[in-house]
Amino acid sequence: MDIKVRVWRQSGPTAGGKMVTYDVKGISPDASFLEMIDVLNETLILNGDDPIAFDHDCREGICGACSMVINGVAHGPEKATTTCQLHMRKFKDGDVIDVEPWRAAAFPVIKDLVVDRSAFDKIIQAGGYITAPTGTAPDAHATPVPKKDADAAFEAATCIGCGACVAACPNGSSMLFTAAKIAHLGLMPQGQPERDSRVIDMLQAQDDAGFGGCTNAGECTTVCPKGIPLSLIGRLNSDYRKAISKR
Amino acid sequence: MAVDTPIPKTANAAGATARPTPRKSVRPSSVILKLVMAVSGALLVLFLFAHAAGNLKIFVGETDFDHYAEWLRELGTPLLPHGWFLWIQRIGLLAGIGLHIWAATVLTIRAKKARPVKYAHRPKIQGSYAARTMRWGGVIIVLFVIYHILDLTTGTFNPAGGDSDPSARVVAGFAPERWYVTLFYTLAVVSVGFHLRHGIWSAFRTLGQQTTKGERRAQAVALVLSVVLVAMYLSVPFAVLTGLVG
Amino acid sequence: MVANEFWAEGEPVVDKAAPDGPVETRWERRKFSAKLVNPANRRKLTVIVVGTGLAGGSAAATLAEAGYKVKSYCYQDSPRRAHSIAAQGGINAAKNYRNDGDSVYRLFYDTVKGGDFRARESNVYRLAQVSVNIIDQCVAQGVPFAREYGGLLDNRSFGGTQVSRTFYARGQTGQQLLLGAYQAMERQIGLGNIEMNARHEMLELIIVDGKARGIVVRDMVTGEITTEFADAVVLASGGYGNVFFLSTNAKGCNVTASWRAHRKGALFANPCYTQIHPTCIPESGSHQSKLTLMSESLRNDGRVWVPKRAEDCQKPAGEIAEEDRDYYLERIYPSFGNLVPRDIASRAAKNVCDEGRGVGPGGLGVYLDFADAIKRLGRKAVEAKYGNLFEMYERITGEDPYETPMRIYPAVHYTMGGLWVDYDLQSTIPGLFVVGEANFSDHGANRLGASALMQGLADGYFVLPNTISNYLAAGPFPAVSETDAPVVEARKEVEDRIARFLSIDGDRTVDSFHRELGQIMWEYCGMERTEEGLTKAVGLIRALKEEFWTRVKVPGKGEELNQNLEKAGRVADFLELGELMCIDALHRRESCGGHFRAESQTSDGEALRHDDEFSYAAAWEYFGADGKPTLHKEDLNFEYVHPSTRSYK
Repeated sequence: MDIKVRVWRQSGPTAGGKMVTYDVKGISPDASFLEMIDVLNETLILNGDDPIAFDHDCREGICGACSMVINGVAHGPEKATTTCQLHMRKFKDGDVIDVEPWRAAAFPVIKDLVVDRSAFDKIIQAGGYITAPTGTAPDAHATPVPKKDADAAFEAATCIGCGACVAACPNGSSMLFTAAKIAHLGLMPQGQPERDSRVIDMLQAQDDAGFGGCTNAGECTTVCPKGIPLSLIGRLNSDYRKAISKR
Repeated sequence: MAVDTPIPKTANAAGATARPTPRKSVRPSSVILKLVMAVSGALLVLFLFAHAAGNLKIFVGETDFDHYAEWLRELGTPLLPHGWFLWIQRIGLLAGIGLHIWAATVLTIRAKKARPVKYAHRPKIQGSYAARTMRWGGVIIVLFVIYHILDLTTGTFNPAGGDSDPSARVVAGFAPERWYVTLFYTLAVVSVGFHLRHGIWSAFRTLGQQTTKGERRAQAVALVLSVVLVAMYLSVPFAVLTGLVG
Repeated sequence: MVANEFWAEGEPVVDKAAPDGPVETRWERRKFSAKLVNPANRRKLTVIVVGTGLAGGSAAATLAEAGYKVKSYCYQDSPRRAHSIAAQGGINAAKNYRNDGDSVYRLFYDTVKGGDFRARESNVYRLAQVSVNIIDQCVAQGVPFAREYGGLLDNRSFGGTQVSRTFYARGQTGQQLLLGAYQAMERQIGLGNIEMNARHEMLELIIVDGKARGIVVRDMVTGEITTEFADAVVLASGGYGNVFFLSTNAKGCNVTASWRAHRKGALFANPCYTQIHPTCIPESGSHQSKLTLMSESLRNDGRVWVPKRAEDCQKPAGEIAEEDRDYYLERIYPSFGNLVPRDIASRAAKNVCDEGRGVGPGGLGVYLDFADAIKRLGRKAVEAKYGNLFEMYERITGEDPYETPMRIYPAVHYTMGGLWVDYDLQSTIPGLFVVGEANFSDHGANRLGASALMQGLADGYFVLPNTISNYLAAGPFPAVSETDAPVVEARKEVEDRIARFLSIDGDRTVDSFHRELGQIMWEYCGMERTEEGLTKAVGLIRALKEEFWTRVKVPGKGEELNQNLEKAGRVADFLELGELMCIDALHRRESCGGHFRAESQTSDGEALRHDDEFSYAAAWEYFGADGKPTLHKEDLNFEYVHPSTRSYK
């Protein structure tokens, strides 16, 4: 396949950036999107150009590192798929593909397509955990958990923290990310003691990090590679309302 | 980087059980703002229905309609002096609208700040049309409401003038030669419909709706209420336009 | 073959921390004999932890909870992205919740045997003991393990064991366990007990007065080089499977932290023990950047075959008649069939492909066919069991496995070798501890399924925090300053190396060298190794290394985010490691676990161990880039589980 990519190039955090067009010739339809960029980078290096910087690691859709907005859609056209699992066969010969970084104030661009997502860690620090210091745990069977709850908690916990929800949200909100963690921990009996403080503190951290507010636009869930449902935001809202009413 | 961070007070063996003290903020949280929108929005929806129900009295007869307008002013008497109930209601409405707009504005400002650099390739349509037009829809509705009051409440823009009967104002306002007014009114009412379709559903979500069944219900309720309301409001000008009333 | 042109032999290495006496009480006794640090003194002690996977994350959180000051480093943008996150299958624990005869002793026995009698009994026994605490700990943290309708934890059997002892969370157990450790860690970061440095790569170890006292790190965003000091350094930097370029590891996984420590004197043990996983999605072309693992559970219902005749290989699978298909695993291993252990299944696939009977691009693949399973169980049932795996396969290959058989091929998955550590997980450099896949200690020559997660968390949550105190009790050690000679020197080494990478300005990219190294390693130090091949490989790697240092092109500057500079440093270290792996493989003239020497097989082609000669761990000492590595043997004694031959026929 021969395609053109228009990629956001920005040399550093404070530099200006622009979209630059590159030709990619003879790429295999079996190559992944990131492998296509790899191939392009090899050419750029040998031509003495600066290769395109992009975050990636596991390349099997679980680490959450890859983060490209492809033709305006976070992670590209294939539903429930990370950029690393998107393959060139989803495009046509001759396509012009736009590639941009996640755009959010809370995710400043470091270089090209690489952004700083440490704001997500800050949200977790604020309360996205269950306090259980090593060595204090009772036997694993001490508290049975209804299968329904355990399964629902697992579904919420599959969030990979990639930030596509923020990239897609018209408000630049991280509500789906925060809601997924609130739901995961709030569904487990072990998570009950900190349930109220968790939702208040995590939401505070989210607002402080410069994410926008949720307006239930629903763009987040359509791009989420793990299909985290919007209903979890309802759950967060409900938990939050109950938590502040107790204060 | 190489500088050692100071040892925090919590760094002792009891660190295992301590909890970080969260920073207190004076800013309302984004969920509080959403709750404000949901509750104020719900009040406004109630008003819209009451208002629409009153409008339909015009089909019973113009005298009935004018009596209804007078009754609104007499409500609460003799406990309240004449016209006071209406003013109390108006103040309540203004507060609701004010809160609704304030919360929406704060959220919009935060949203703009949250994405200072726009995408070069604009995101394709993913969510619903209604969801993406909430803000502009809201602005259109505000402009309309202002015009609407000047037209039918104060009569400033009304050919029949402010001193005429309410029913006369309605008939004069939507007269066939003033088709553009009716068109504007229709567009505004339809945007209210879109606004409500997402708004009502969104309010359920904000108030904690989170189940699959609830989701279906919320969608249905939002759709039905919006359609019914639009139909109720549009029936009057179209009745005038077609000569059914007048 | 003794010491020769490739290596020298030194004194044996002895694990001085290992307690003797009954194996059941060794860990208890070691914990009691280890010196403790008074809680008030812990805050005066700093520990550096490199890596934030299961081992590093759990260690950092636990040490911080105990009151130590922890400084943590990872190359990813967040500690949550460490490659432990990609582990699919599950985690073993001797809970015996199934009442099926499991016990600590049985897990210990299975692991020693599964490791082909090349692991230490003391370590493995301890691993089995603490396995039960891990599950308790993770449940308390809210890890959403799979549960039964009664609300209790579900178990499954895994990797040829006869009991159900594997706890799991769908196909994402590693993710869920890692998030548990990550969240515990983030809590400590929030409390100020851990100073987290993401996007920081360790490039050198600092040794002062014979003790590990710090590291040199590069801030991968600004390129700034800094020196970081502590009272002890813990490496939890994972395995080195990426020496093969194509592996199931994440792209960033590297050996640099371990290798830098090795160059500074830490022994590197059993580097040639690599685990090759039989069910991965094959390469699709020269663009291939990594390989994806498909859960081994697929072999429960899928049948593995290749065409009987090489000339049939180009035909679509559907056109090959039943009688022209060779279900080779069922043919060679009638009793285990498609369920033979990983190493055997992998080697059998290689053999049929070497015969020219492989399928797919380059003839590097075998079929894993579900047609029979679909006929027997119905498509619905197959979908329920393997739906997500089939989807993943289709996403990657564009082929529908319900219609055409899957193609699979083995890929490097895990490395059992690593830095040599004693029972306390301390390396041969005092104050340098190594945990998780980065050390060599618990799996011997082969790791059982669902044991990697167990070992990572055992080391981080329960072992290291108890043993490191014995070392730290002597601290705090005298303050180290930026101007101390060893610090200045270590920093200069890093800066010079970076300057050298940037100055070569050759005509080949870093990736092209890495790819070539990977091909050499896969060809000669992969599933089957021979003396001739390994000797050749050492020569090829040396030549490649020389070429690397004259022809590599690293674009950009040092003072910026420069992903090719990062890769260059990693590949330079892989080139040195690759050579040592080949030498280790060359010296071990026996077949055991993940190491198969063609010269050492039974008459019917099975692995043949030589316990009389090779019942030891091979710990290598670094002797300069061009000198010979020196072998130090650690003898292995089996008091409880006596060596026997594995048979799966």
